[in-house]
Formats: sequence, structure tokens, C-alpha cells
Amino acid sequence: MNCFDIMGPVMVGPSSSHTAGAVRIGRVARALAGQQPVRAVIRLHGSFAKTYRGHGTDRAILAGLLGFNPDDERIRISPRLCREAGLDYTLQQVALPGAHPNTAIIELECSDGRQTIVQGASTGGGRILIESINGLNVSFRGEYHTLVISHRDAPGVISRVTRQLAERHINIATMKVFRSFRGGTAVMIIETDEQIDPAVCDNIKHLTGVSQAIWIEPVMF
Amino acid sequence: MLSYQSIQELIEAAVEQDQCISDVVLADQAAALEQDPENLIQTMLQRLEVMRQAVEKGLADAGPSPSGLSGGAASSLRQALDKQQSVLDPVLVQVMAKALAVAEVNAKMGRIVAAPTAGSCGIIPGIVLTVGELQSISDRQIALSLFTASGFGLVIANRASLSGAEGGCQAECGSAAGMAAAAAVELMGGTPEQSAHACAIALKNCLGLVCDPVAGLVEVPCIKRNAGQAASALAAAEMALAGITSAIPVDEVIEAMKDVGNQMSVTLKETAAGGLAMTPTGQAVDARLTEDAASHLD
Ligand code: SF4
Repeated sequence: MNCFDIMGPVMVGPSSSHTAGAVRIGRVARALAGQQPVRAVIRLHGSFAKTYRGHGTDRAILAGLLGFNPDDERIRISPRLCREAGLDYTLQQVALPGAHPNTAIIELECSDGRQTIVQGASTGGGRILIESINGLNVSFRGEYHTLVISHRDAPGVISRVTRQLAERHINIATMKVFRSFRGGTAVMIIETDEQIDPAVCDNIKHLTGVSQAIWIEPVMF
Repeated sequence: MLSYQSIQELIEAAVEQDQCISDVVLADQAAALEQDPENLIQTMLQRLEVMRQAVEKGLADAGPSPSGLSGGAASSLRQALDKQQSVLDPVLVQVMAKALAVAEVNAKMGRIVAAPTAGSCGIIPGIVLTVGELQSISDRQIALSLFTASGFGLVIANRASLSGAEGGCQAECGSAAGMAAAAAVELMGGTPEQSAHACAIALKNCLGLVCDPVAGLVEVPCIKRNAGQAASALAAAEMALAGITSAIPVDEVIEAMKDVGNQMSVTLKETAAGGLAMTPTGQAVDARLTEDAASHLD
């Protein structure tokens, strides 16, 4: 923690958890979709569903889907900007037993028909936790440069990926692997201190056993 | 390197080096962040500018917040000031009007500096901008005083908490008042010890303040608490500058705040399950807004 964490961040109000954190969940969802989505279904749970109008949680998530930062004054007018950008959206309520009270599930569809479903929670002070991607449970906060790699649960895939990073002298801060079942689909979440060159991401994408690799910039302030 | 585990540490460092607390904190943070101190001052000047813009916007905009629960308080106070209808000294009214303005901008999804949180964002700008104008202090000097406020805030964060969910409103608006009081003393040419006493007095005067936002929104009572705690901060600074000391040292007051926060029921810590949130009116507002939220979902 430093002086600018105390005298800051600069943000659009009113709430770090219900507004700033919600922008970040939207940003991660957009990054995972890989491009600007054309359709979004936003499902709000708990306190998000109850207080979203007063906290602007809906506008915050939409702003995130447009790629805005939590200090962007356009957050307030994001619904209009979404319509202008050709992003159709609907807002729904959902009850997720046991989930964090500030949880949203965001379903995105891109122009090529590809779908991405992200569940994230805003856990306080603007921090977020991404909890599932396309139905697979994951766990990361978006505080680091994050590589999200979808792959087959098979021997050798992980080492092929880490070799790519080692060759580029990219230091892995944390690494977690989540799989649906043995031999099924899996997601690798790698957090790094350094920025990841898009070329590295591209190389990883073409490795045997890997179906998708996405690099997400840190979404903290 | 400073540990930010006690205010005493900041004071000793400042006294030893015959400097202001802001100089000590700035030098330390520059070393910690491996940056030139001038860069840090520039960043702080930008934050000060965000604060100033929020004040101006808030004073000019009398419209309601998205929930309809708040809005127009800053402009009412400014009008009263223009008409010279104040009971209070105009300086204090200005402090309160600015604090309200920033808090209202926050409620209306405008840009603010969380200082230290979004809910308490009006207190520090209200104080430093008003004292700055009053004494014709340069922006650079005001920005420096924000390093003092940050240093105090870091200690409170380390030793207690700055979050309403953890420590109640004493931890949010109370901490902001303590930080603002310390900064005000420095801007007025007081000593590091006086800054510490000012912080202690401000914190003592709001010990036990609960976090009970109506309908869970950062509006009622938050916005007016910004004005109240800003006024309290200025009162604490005035007392400290006059040589009044806190019988309990500031570090012990911070410990006490933590203790009170721990003893506070969770219903009074941002859960909207106690206090003002549970009054009949608070409940009616909550019911209306819940219904309104549901009616706007597909
Ligand atoms: S009442 Fe709670 S939400 Fe409102 S300002 Fe105080 S701590 Fe923040």
C-alpha cells in the first residue's frame, strides 16, 4: 500500500465495490470475449441486483464491456454508448445460492457467433474475483498480467506453455490449472509480472492441445 | 524506510530531520516507489485537480442522484452563504459546502478521489481547498499536505481500518476527518505534534460512528456525514493549533477505534441491517428502490 492507494484511486462513484469493481468485471469479460461483443446478457445477483440502479452497477458493467476504466466519466452514459456501438444488452436478476452478494454473470456474443460466459464477484474496495469462464470454475483477480489458456487436460500441455514463457524470460507470478474432468477441457490461469507480448500469446495459441490463449491487462487502478 | 505502524514514527522522523511530515512521507514514498519525488508531487497535483473539479461540479449541480435520495445540498448551502444567512463562520460553511459537493458528485456517478474511500471523498477536499484559499497557499503546498494526510491514513489502515464494512463509519469518515485535520494543521503552519493531536481529537469525536447506509447506497447518511466530519476536522485543527492536546496519544486512539470497530455489530457495518437503514423511512426507501430495481430488469 502506498500514499496513492490512500489518496486515491481516482474513480467514478458512488461505490468502489458496486461501481468501480463492476467496471472491472465488465472489462475482464470483454477481454475474454476477445473483441467488442454485439450482444450481452447481464445477470445480477444479491446486492448487485438490489442496488444496481442507485450504484450504477449496470452502467459500470456496460462501461467495462466497452473497455472503459473505472475513472471514465462516460460510465454514466454507457447504456447510450453501448447502443451506439451496436452492443445489444439485457439486464436480468439471478439467484445464485452461496454466491458472493456482489456477483454478476455476463454472457457475451461476438459478431462471429462465439459466446463467452463469465461469472465475477466484486469483493470489496474495488477488488474483483473472476469465478468461472464458460462454465468452468476458475479464480483470479485481474491484478496482474493474466494469461487465460483453454486447453485439453493432457500430459505435456502445461510444460509446452511454460517453456514458451521461459524462453521469453517472462516470470510466472502464480499459476493455476482448472479442469472439468480428467482428459476433458481445462483452463490455465497464469499471472505474470511482465507484460506479455501478443506474439507469445499467439505462439501459445498454436501449441498442440491449446484451443485459446487470451492475455488480459491488469484491471486494477 | 517508514513502517507506517505508528504516527509517533512520522513525528519523530519529522522532528529529527527538522522537516514537515509531508516532506518525510514524500521522501519515503519516493524511495518506496522508486520514483523521483517530483513525479509524486505531480501525481498528487493531478488528484488535487480532480478534487477541485468535483467541488466545482457539485456546487453547480443541484439535480438529484440516480436513486432520487439525494442532491442539491451543496448548492443550498452555497446559496445560504451568498445571501449571508449563515449562523457559522463563512469559512466553516465553505468547508461543508465543498465536502457536500464532492460527496454529491460521487453519488451522481461523477469523478472523485477516494480519500480514503468513495463514501468519505468530500472531507479532505473540503478542508484543504478551503484552508488553501483562505491562506492563499499554492497548489503545490496543498498537494504536499495531502502526503501528510496519506501518511496518517497509511498508519490508520495498518493499525485499524479505513473501511466501513470492517470498522464502521468511524473508519471511513472518521479517518478522513483525522487525516484532514492533520493536513489542515500543517497548512496553517502548525507542528508535527499538533497534526497528531488534531488527528487524535477528530478521531475521538467520532468514535463509535456506525455505518448504516439507507438501502445500501452511499447517500444517506453519507453525504451529510461528509459535511459534519469536515466541520469536525476543522474544529480539531483549530483546537490543536491553539495548543490543546489530546490526553490519549493518537496511536492509542487509533487502537481504540479498531477495538470499537471490532466490537461493533455487523448490522452496523455497511450491511444496511441496522441504524438509519432500519428506520421506518429507511425501510420504505429500501422497499421502493428494490421494487424499482426489479421493475427495470428484463
Ligand atoms: S455510512 Fe457507511 S457507506 Fe456511508 S460514508 Fe459512512 S462508512 Fe461509508
